[in-house]
Amino acid sequence: MSIRPYGDTLNDGKVQLSFTLPMDAGAHGIACAKELARQMGLPNPEVAHCEQMGEGFSFYVVYGMVPFSVNPEQVEVHQVETQAMTMAQVEAFIRERLGREIVFVGASTGTDAHTVGIDAIMNMKGYAGHYGLERYEGVRAYNLGSQVPNAVLIRKALEVNADVLLVSQTVTQKDIHLKNLEELVELLEAEGLRGRFLLLCGGARITHELAKELGYDAGFGPGSYASDVASFAVQELAARQDAKTRTQGN
Amino acid sequence: MTDKLKLDRALIAQCREDANTIALEVQSMIDRHTTVSVERSALRLMGVDGVDDFEVPLPNLMVEEVRKDGDLSLGISAYLAGALEASGLQLPEFCEAYLAGQAGLLGHPLPDRERTARVLAPYLSVSFERIARNRRYREEQLARSNHREPQVYVIVATGNIYEDVRQARSAVSAGADIIAVIRSTGQSLLDYVPYGATTEGFGGTMATQENFRIMRQALDEVGAACGRYIQLVNYASGLCMPEIAAIGALERLDMMLNDSMYGIIFRDINMQRTFVDQYFSRSLNALAGIIINTGEDNYLTTADAVEAAHTVLASQFINERFALLAGMPEKQMGLGHAFEINPEMEDSFLLEIAQAQMAREIFPEAPLKYMPPTKHSTGNIFQTQAVDTLFNAATSMTGQSIHLLAMMTEAIHTPFLSDRHLAIKNARMVHSALRHFADEISFKEGGLIQTRAQTVLRQAAALLRNIAASSLFDALEQGVFADVKRRRDSGKGLDGVLEKHPGYCNPAMDHIREALQ
Repeated sequence: MSIRPYGDTLNDGKVQLSFTLPMDAGAHGIACAKELARQMGLPNPEVAHCEQMGEGFSFYVVYGMVPFSVNPEQVEVHQVETQAMTMAQVEAFIRERLGREIVFVGASTGTDAHTVGIDAIMNMKGYAGHYGLERYEGVRAYNLGSQVPNAVLIRKALEVNADVLLVSQTVTQKDIHLKNLEELVELLEAEGLRGRFLLLCGGARITHELAKELGYDAGFGPGSYASDVASFAVQELAARQDAKTRTQGN
Repeated sequence: MTDKLKLDRALIAQCREDANTIALEVQSMIDRHTTVSVERSALRLMGVDGVDDFEVPLPNLMVEEVRKDGDLSLGISAYLAGALEASGLQLPEFCEAYLAGQAGLLGHPLPDRERTARVLAPYLSVSFERIARNRRYREEQLARSNHREPQVYVIVATGNIYEDVRQARSAVSAGADIIAVIRSTGQSLLDYVPYGATTEGFGGTMATQENFRIMRQALDEVGAACGRYIQLVNYASGLCMPEIAAIGALERLDMMLNDSMYGIIFRDINMQRTFVDQYFSRSLNALAGIIINTGEDNYLTTADAVEAAHTVLASQFINERFALLAGMPEKQMGLGHAFEINPEMEDSFLLEIAQAQMAREIFPEAPLKYMPPTKHSTGNIFQTQAVDTLFNAATSMTGQSIHLLAMMTEAIHTPFLSDRHLAIKNARMVHSALRHFADEISFKEGGLIQTRAQTVLRQAAALLRNIAASSLFDALEQGVFADVKRRRDSGKGLDGVLEKHPGYCNPAMDHIREALQ
């Protein structure tokens, strides 16, 4: 069944949006805001609010009705397909299925000075009650911090014989995060190392789909915790181990 | 001092004594050392400026020449004075000749301390007079524009200084008092100050002397139009901390982010380098009348805001002491802290009030800088706006001075123009609605708020006692602050630290120290 946004009645299609125009507030500004909303596909937009904002700018809150609908059954979704496990389940999985210590090396790479993302996943304390990888039994975690050049990350990964590389990107201005992420893949490929590590990335604007496009094994967006990253990593490592055993068996 | 929390005065005095012990040990190391950046700052204060064909700044060229083939532990000043005497040129002509490859600093007799000071005095006095003029102008303007606390502090960060100007003007029209231009990510690790107006940057805009000038001029214009003096902020931090302080003093910046330990902990800059650099930069900031902003808020972005609350207070005591040793009065110490407790936690707001009120009572003269929620902000902008409103209320209820605005899109992107506008309106409304609330309230004797503040003070006192018994170097090696461990002899910029020769001289620093006496 097709659906539309839900305001206060099923399929009423109501949406709200807000934006700024580089012109003064007033009747002319409101008319321009409405015209833009119509071009966005909202047939009868209402400007609920308009105000002057500094010199030569104005702010709008607009409501409209979406005339389109979407059939959820026909929409494909790209997400991490491994099963989500708790910290205890991950630890048990490592013990029983992998039988060895798993080494994670993580960093906020390039010029990005933010450690908030990588810390949330790796540090002992973790984030919002979800412990970080450092606390996991069977995991050795190296958090290299921020502003780590991609080459340094790779060197460290080789030095400690890492299984998993974790890259965090917080600054996204002018898509700098994409350049950093692409460069790491290029470097790994140039050195023939791409197959050696599981390559994961995360950040405010990272999705699994984007990560796959960039050549990563998985991507983790906002709301991901250490257990999500660890669940994927250990299951994927096990799958790869099984595949290798099968090949060798043949 | 207001006394709503019934804090133990003797314990506060003990904290200050221990902070003094801690800082004095570091100060003895500071006094024996100089850095490449301190030497470059001395040159900048003489008016040495410009870049070569490869965009290498002249102060870097000169300091590198002496470091490579001379003895920089004598200080750059004697070399420059000697070269000026030998060439018979005035400094501006000498700089031109130097950039053209027709002059050098080496191979001339080195004048003694007195003679060095005499040769360089005319150049230094031009800069120091300009800095004194800037200070007087700021004080007059601030006295005239009836600004009220809390002062609303907003950030611009487009990467393009001209775009920053547009956004800053818009923010000022909406009611902002203080504009900070965030630096391009990574600039803190550059061992030189870029040159000229810049239009490219990531997550911020390059700090250059020309960018400072452009923004200063714009804020003076828009400030005059709305009858307020608008304060300008940048970052005297990173590897060029002293140089940024120098160009900031020259271009009349009003505040500088300037922490005694931030670079060590969060940028892995060597601790000796940072301590020596912070002393020079704070001395100069003190002289220029610039308010420093310390970075304790950052501890809470990595460590837990409830568990690590006492490290914030301990660090405030240490920052206060380092600032005092540099000759800075309390009214220029914008000690930092933050509203970073998980808002979903029961009574989290009471804990925030306890922490903020405690800082207010312990540092009554300091223009405290209160930082907004960031760590627990999510993509739910409506929820974030609600939490930000609580932050705005906490500021009014506890008499904070510098209020860094919280943005509803904190977790998503660098703020849209409208995000900033809505944030200013929210803060203005809350601060106005609660204008005299702080005068009207007291806290329950032995209640949650008093007890929490007293506990945090006791923990901070114990921590300071521990550090005083060993040393700040050890504490940083053990990861006491922000759970980050740093080694004394590692980190960036260590190769730019030099032990001073017995014949070392630095007339720029001598002038600053004398003026501060």
